[in-house]
Amino acid sequence: MRKIFGFIFGISLLLSFVASNENPYFKISKKDVKLNLPKEFPAPLYNFKENPITLAGFELGRKLFYDEILSRDSSVSCHTCHQRIAAFAHIDHALSHGIDAKIGTRNVPALQNLIWRDAFMWDGGINHLEVQAINPITSKIEMDETLANVIRKLQVNEEYKFLFKKAFQDTVINSQRMLKAIAQFTSLMISSNSRYDKYMRGEDTFSIQEKNGLTLFRQKCASCHREPLFTDNSYRDNGILLDTSLKDLGRGKITQLAIDNYKFKVPSLRNAEMTYPYMHDGRYRKLYDVVKHYANHNSHSASVDSAVIKIGTISDNEKVDLVAFLLTLTDKKFLYDKRFSNPNFK
Amino acid sequence: MLKKIWFIFALCPLFLLGQKTNENQLNIEFIHKVDSQILTLDTAKYFNALGQPFFITKFKYYISQIELINEKGKKTESHEVFLINEEEPASKKISISKVKDGEYSQIQFILGVDSLRNCSGAQSGALDPIHAMFWTWNSGYIFLKLEGKSTESSATGNIFEYHIGGYKEPSNCIQTIHFNLKSPLIFSKKSSQNLTIQVNVAELLKHPVVIDFKTMPSVTDTKNAKLISTNYSDMFSIQ
Repeated sequence: MRKIFGFIFGISLLLSFVASNENPYFKISKKDVKLNLPKEFPAPLYNFKENPITLAGFELGRKLFYDEILSRDSSVSCHTCHQRIAAFAHIDHALSHGIDAKIGTRNVPALQNLIWRDAFMWDGGINHLEVQAINPITSKIEMDETLANVIRKLQVNEEYKFLFKKAFQDTVINSQRMLKAIAQFTSLMISSNSRYDKYMRGEDTFSIQEKNGLTLFRQKCASCHREPLFTDNSYRDNGILLDTSLKDLGRGKITQLAIDNYKFKVPSLRNAEMTYPYMHDGRYRKLYDVVKHYANHNSHSASVDSAVIKIGTISDNEKVDLVAFLLTLTDKKFLYDKRFSNPNFK
Repeated sequence: MLKKIWFIFALCPLFLLGQKTNENQLNIEFIHKVDSQILTLDTAKYFNALGQPFFITKFKYYISQIELINEKGKKTESHEVFLINEEEPASKKISISKVKDGEYSQIQFILGVDSLRNCSGAQSGALDPIHAMFWTWNSGYIFLKLEGKSTESSATGNIFEYHIGGYKEPSNCIQTIHFNLKSPLIFSKKSSQNLTIQVNVAELLKHPVVIDFKTMPSVTDTKNAKLISTNYSDMFSIQ
């Protein structure tokens, strides 16, 4: 009997060794990187034909996402400001701090459902998911590193030599491969299992308050925060007054058209519970403050979008109902999805 | 076994035929000048149309979509993108292979990168963003970079920098440069032809828009880039 136990123990020890030798991180299998598009969502805009997700590619992207090697002095990673528990926003930070504790000028956006985005950043200046990561890497206030130097560092790193070869079958390490691997990781960040989604699929029920909130949301908010992605990918002036210390022109800086000044991308409201504080500069701490802003027409800027004017009045009871509905957009399955966890913690 | 050998023999002429049409090659050399002088980085002093003295520290640009056109309007196209950089002499000599047999009387190319490649995600080779010819905050390639110093410049460190790019209207800076060749380029049976293109940096600063280092020392956005891009076409000439 003891022999049998010893044998089983030996085998399991051996198996765990083999498994950990193959993959030292949280075990991801091929089926974990399969692209499961939610039936209710439109066709994605990202072209997977040019960058099909593979297990090794995803794992490389995951490693890169959590690695400070991308920054000049190895102090900042993507994850520093994009935290999993906050749907990859920067929880409780109005503006984020990057390298040398430098403060940015905008609130960190959540990373979710990116493959349905036609452009990135609050001003839509980035035109493709793959080139997005170049911006924080080279930004003087975020990672302050050159792409050339990042690639040099990766090329002499034994672990990356192994991971790149596994992902791309040969020894070439270049920025294209690095960026495509990061995109493989971020493209799978799909949030489609909130209580709202389950309610829509008939798998969950809403309270009367949440139902009221949904009805109000559809009347007053959904024209810009369009279901099921809760954004229409447009840029709008939501009426908040200019922060004179930041003087952020928003979309106007990109298009260089005066009519686009002070417009910002309509953010998705998915996981809004966790992505506080709110607005492009993080000026509101609570969802209730945001709803109050849209109801308080006297406080809006002169250039406010006509859709905001159409909202009209929102009673205090209605505000509470709207917030109750917004909380149904929290997707715990996504927030605790281990595939997106830090690979350096086992 | 016999069948296999026959098969290999049968392939041979095809292989030779394929090689023949692939071997025509056009070599282009870009010679950078400032008016009559050969461009020298850092040390040579030049004067612009306003008489302002300046030194050039950087000059690089993208050439792509090179097309040779024959009398009948038929083309040989190259989809390769070349990054020409004064700092790297080898980059100033480029070659296009697989030129089809024929007599070509016109050549044209794009200064810049076509719009599709500006929005197709991460790329490699000449288009690797590692070359610092990519705008990170407003995606798209920088088609041309001219940097230098002038005591007349109002910018910090007396520098001037002109980063020209933008593929979207109304700030589309992609320009096609076209030439009618005095003597046609004739390709037949593995021939190789050479072409020299002169690039006069001074033209970039003077016609039709005269660049004043005092009032416009730095252009790194698409709107003003569009303005300077109108100066492109005079810059190139073929002897």
